[in-house]
Amino acid sequence: MHAYVARRLWQMLPTMAGVILLVFFLFNWVGGDPAYVLAGLMSNQEQIESIRTAMGLNEPLYVQLWIFVKQVATFDFGASWTTGESVSQLFASRLPASLTLMLPLLVIETVVCLVLAVGLSWVRGSRMDRGVMVLFTLLMSVSILVFIILGQYLLAYRWGLFPVQGWGDSLWKNLSTYAPLPILLGLLVGVAPHTRLFRTFVLDEVDQDYVRTARAKGLSEARVMFVHVLRNALIPVITFVISNIPGLLLGAFLLERFFGIPGIGREIILAVERSDFPVIKAVTVYVALATMVFNLLGDLLYRLTDPRVQLR
Amino acid sequence: MTLSPHSDNPVQASPGAWRLAWQRFSADRIGMWSACIVLCFLLLVALTAMGLVAADWEKEVAIGHAPPTWATSASSKGAGPSQQLPDVLDYTPSHADVTDPIAKEWAQAQRAVKPAGEKPDVLAAHLPMGADKWGRDVLSKTIKGAETSVLVGLAAALVATVLGAVLGAVSGWFGGWVDDLSNWLYNVFHAIPGILLILAIAAVLDTKGSAAVVVILGSTSWTGMYRLMRGEFMKHREREYVRAADAIGASNMRRMFVHILPNVSHVILVQYSLLTVACIKAEVILSYLGFGVPVDGVSWGTMLTEAQNDLLVGIWWQLLCATLAMSLFVTALSLLTDALRDALDPKVVQ
Repeated sequence: MHAYVARRLWQMLPTMAGVILLVFFLFNWVGGDPAYVLAGLMSNQEQIESIRTAMGLNEPLYVQLWIFVKQVATFDFGASWTTGESVSQLFASRLPASLTLMLPLLVIETVVCLVLAVGLSWVRGSRMDRGVMVLFTLLMSVSILVFIILGQYLLAYRWGLFPVQGWGDSLWKNLSTYAPLPILLGLLVGVAPHTRLFRTFVLDEVDQDYVRTARAKGLSEARVMFVHVLRNALIPVITFVISNIPGLLLGAFLLERFFGIPGIGREIILAVERSDFPVIKAVTVYVALATMVFNLLGDLLYRLTDPRVQLR
Repeated sequence: MTLSPHSDNPVQASPGAWRLAWQRFSADRIGMWSACIVLCFLLLVALTAMGLVAADWEKEVAIGHAPPTWATSASSKGAGPSQQLPDVLDYTPSHADVTDPIAKEWAQAQRAVKPAGEKPDVLAAHLPMGADKWGRDVLSKTIKGAETSVLVGLAAALVATVLGAVLGAVSGWFGGWVDDLSNWLYNVFHAIPGILLILAIAAVLDTKGSAAVVVILGSTSWTGMYRLMRGEFMKHREREYVRAADAIGASNMRRMFVHILPNVSHVILVQYSLLTVACIKAEVILSYLGFGVPVDGVSWGTMLTEAQNDLLVGIWWQLLCATLAMSLFVTALSLLTDALRDALDPKVVQ
């Protein structure tokens, strides 16, 4: 187990180095001289010069790369080019809003999709099952933008069931007033693909021997499906959910933008619009790191929940 | 030598894999219907690209925000802005103009200075699917938008497919350090969530437009294809027909792309179709955010952007039209992909 974790962590190093190289290559080579971008952002020549010196733009490429590596290692990406706020400060202040929106969404979505998936597998092949799958295919073909535009217009603007947008300082107010509509819309978008995926997980279990045994013992179908099958189907679901957590921070960027929620997703869009390179670089590197760590966590949890799995 | 051993007693040639697949596919009613819809869209896109359909989508053919013909009675209650100002035909009423005291005079003055031949004398009050803010036919716009969105989706998916397939083939075939290197590249791209990589590339690319979207989406979505192709080539490398090809002296390239490639082409086709759906959806979001197709072009994404503002003044037809067109195409393509997968997978016995 320890050897496995150590090896996985060791294997992350070349990938991480690759991510750093890719980001460096993108922003220092494809993106051209950042001074050009900076000139559009600020008029103060001294300010530009000081940033150029800090980034080592007057130095050869390998020195610039080394500066970037040091920035990654020390969590110090300097200040945002547009707001002047330090990048780490920026993240710390935007994270709570994103989590307030995404954690409830993640929990509700997982529970709803699991129940739906088990229920659909129960009646698999029936008209009900096929009807719902067709409905899901239709739902998945509609752009997420349409859901948000229509939902915001009808539920908030026309019928006034929710505030159109906004965000406050108190957690409770945010959760009870501002978050419900974005969460509802996120659920509407996510329920179709995730139920489809979870349904395949459940269907992998329903033909196993232990299910037949459970039925032979005379257990009710509800108990077989929602206790025996569900517990086994949970294993891949857990892995899936855990390894998707880093993506969740970003997945909400459209919701955050439409509903004026000051989270990380909206910050990224703003950064891309303003060519605020330090912010984008930092997000890319750290989210990649988080993705790798959470993938490892997912695999470890897989081992914990299913003792049959051998980690090699 | 002209006579084959069986010429006296002809044995029917066993049908090829593609023929069998076609037999399975043509029995699939849903698959056939979705194939028809997809083909109709592709035909429409081809005709639009040749300038035969929707060529004059930019022309002002109706009053601004003219409602769809079939919804006139409904929208007169909803008081579209065009209904409130019936006497001024060719200026674009917007929220600002309604409160502008000289808007009417200004519009008439504008009309007076415009050359006579530039636009039709009478602007239609209704159109089959309504008009947008500038009086352009929403139906033509949707068709023109379909051209952009579908072509961008197909092209981006093609770039990703070629990248992923070639890299996966080389990696699975040669193994060794080539495999290690490509695997490293795969891990790097796989570690960064797709949407983030897309935004990062959008941030550094100076140019905007269809070509930029193709580059962005193509260079970020090859990983799935790579993993599939690598697995397939590793599997096929050891098969007897490939060893036989080796024995008769076929080169690496020949064995990879002449012998193995046709045997994995069904995997590529299904994956390409899946990628196209994903790329079309991504293009819509990118264009909405302003990193994709520019505002003067038209795609389903830019239409949705305009539709969002229209909706606030009660104009819903542009949203409806773009959404319907996109959902129809994406649903048909998704169902077609499912049918293709079922038909092409030889292991599935129906």
